[in-house]
Amino acid sequence: MEAPLTSDIQPGLSLDLRAYEALGGYQALRKALQQMAPQEVTALIKESNLRGRGGAGFSTGMKWSFVPMNVKGPKYLVANADEMEPGTFKDRWLLEGNPHQLIEGMILTAYAIQATTSFIFLRWAYKEAAQVIRKALSEAYAAGYLGNNILGKDFSLEMHLHTGVGRYMCGEETALLNSLEGKRAVPRAKPPFPQISGLFGHPTIVNNVETLCFIPHIVNKGAAWFQSLSRTGDGGTKIYGVSGRVNKPGAWELPMGVTMRELLEDYAGGMQNGYRFRGALPGGASTDFLTADHLDTPMDFTAVAAAGSRLGTGTMVVLDDQTCPVGFVHNLEHFFAQESCGFCTPCREGLPWTEKILYALEQGHGTEEDLVQLEMHTHLLGPGNTFCALAPGAMEPLQSALKYFREDFEQHVHEKKCPYGNHTH
Amino acid sequence: MLTQTEISKIEHELQQVPVKKAAVIEALKIVQQQRRWVSDENVEDIAALLGMSPDEVDSVATFYNLIFRQPVGRHVILVCDSISCWVMGYENIRKTLMELLQIKYGQTTPDGRFTLLPNACLGTCDHAPALMIDEDLYRDLNEKNIGEILDKYE
Repeated sequence: MEAPLTSDIQPGLSLDLRAYEALGGYQALRKALQQMAPQEVTALIKESNLRGRGGAGFSTGMKWSFVPMNVKGPKYLVANADEMEPGTFKDRWLLEGNPHQLIEGMILTAYAIQATTSFIFLRWAYKEAAQVIRKALSEAYAAGYLGNNILGKDFSLEMHLHTGVGRYMCGEETALLNSLEGKRAVPRAKPPFPQISGLFGHPTIVNNVETLCFIPHIVNKGAAWFQSLSRTGDGGTKIYGVSGRVNKPGAWELPMGVTMRELLEDYAGGMQNGYRFRGALPGGASTDFLTADHLDTPMDFTAVAAAGSRLGTGTMVVLDDQTCPVGFVHNLEHFFAQESCGFCTPCREGLPWTEKILYALEQGHGTEEDLVQLEMHTHLLGPGNTFCALAPGAMEPLQSALKYFREDFEQHVHEKKCPYGNHTH
Repeated sequence: MLTQTEISKIEHELQQVPVKKAAVIEALKIVQQQRRWVSDENVEDIAALLGMSPDEVDSVATFYNLIFRQPVGRHVILVCDSISCWVMGYENIRKTLMELLQIKYGQTTPDGRFTLLPNACLGTCDHAPALMIDEDLYRDLNEKNIGEILDKYE
């Protein structure tokens, strides 16, 4: 089973330039600069059907193709390494283990869109990643992979590391651009899309780390190879993760489309002794719960959506039978309420309201009317009513919890306490 | 007053950006690195240097979780309170920390040694529960090893 992104990564080690080159690193860059026009790189990625690994799953090649190629002035590329979706720990692995893979992917992407300046927007908490990226950037500059006239060709690229100062909103691409401009990380109106008017008003591509890391491999081995890695129509491998009360929490690079059951049982080693599986968020905090009935769902963009959720980041958070689903969702809404940027009213006002109601339920002060209110919020804060995807994302676990764990919510109301004896903050 | 070191570091950042304002987050980081937090006076000085109003600088400073606008202790403890850590026993970790340090979230020990803050997901969910002290990440925590970890910090 091929695992192109991670098979070279040794636990606890970071591949330096020499090790990366020995494994065939920067060959894709040579190939592209010598043999391919920028548009051919974009066409190849489009053909591979690589879909963005940050959560939204948009076609990467399609996204690049929206960048106007014949404009004067700078163009930018940003690697979104602001991994902060609760339950998500996949990009950390790539960043710490193989920084040059990301850098090569970024140089190829910048070449495809003819960007001359690029940024790695890294989460502040990833201190070790910051260190290895700084070292890798200086190695890449020294070796002539970055800077002027890369590999002697008529293509130049600067790459900078930007470490953030902590805010979930920075993961949203337009908010990330505002933050890079030194502003509050609030989202921008779309259109214009960043591909047309992004950083400092210039065409900009923002891609997730995992997405960018695939680029050198696709350039080396082709679109058909990339498709063949997957079990389904959504190409490639995917980094999946499992956390919660399982025997072996972790992350694994597997063919796109492995089932939830395989992840849970074969890779995560099943539930811990004495705990039963009740459900899981398949792709981070802002995805709908799936339950035991969905365990045979292939974990790809299409099948998880058909099951009523989203693949999201592909890192699953497990709810066990001894953890209160109401407390679980309260924890999530606490996070979303805190991280809302406050820019649009439904999100700023609605999320703290849902958090308070869930807290009241946990404390035994909930009423039947509260459940109606929660249900109403899942519509009021749903898609189309807010400026960005934060609040609709926050409603996904809530609406599905109300559906699948209804009896737990009602029990809190009728027994006037949390039947699990869980506490909340 | 900003120190000469702070000013020259900020001026270096100014060369990297097309408009001065774009360096404000870097400027706040530079000042905090020297002083552990950013005072009203620092906000005014940064504003003057970048041609912004103090309120504009403060609107950015107060937006981000990791820019401290109040004094903090010599070490800042950031406890992950997000979902995987919560499932895996975050509440006991919080309780233990508060008992050992005799402070609540947002407070600093009277000897100025530790400030205790909650923090969103640290991205190490397969090793929950987790916390960070300054630049150091601690994972797979249980109530029993917290004291030992705290002892490492003067």
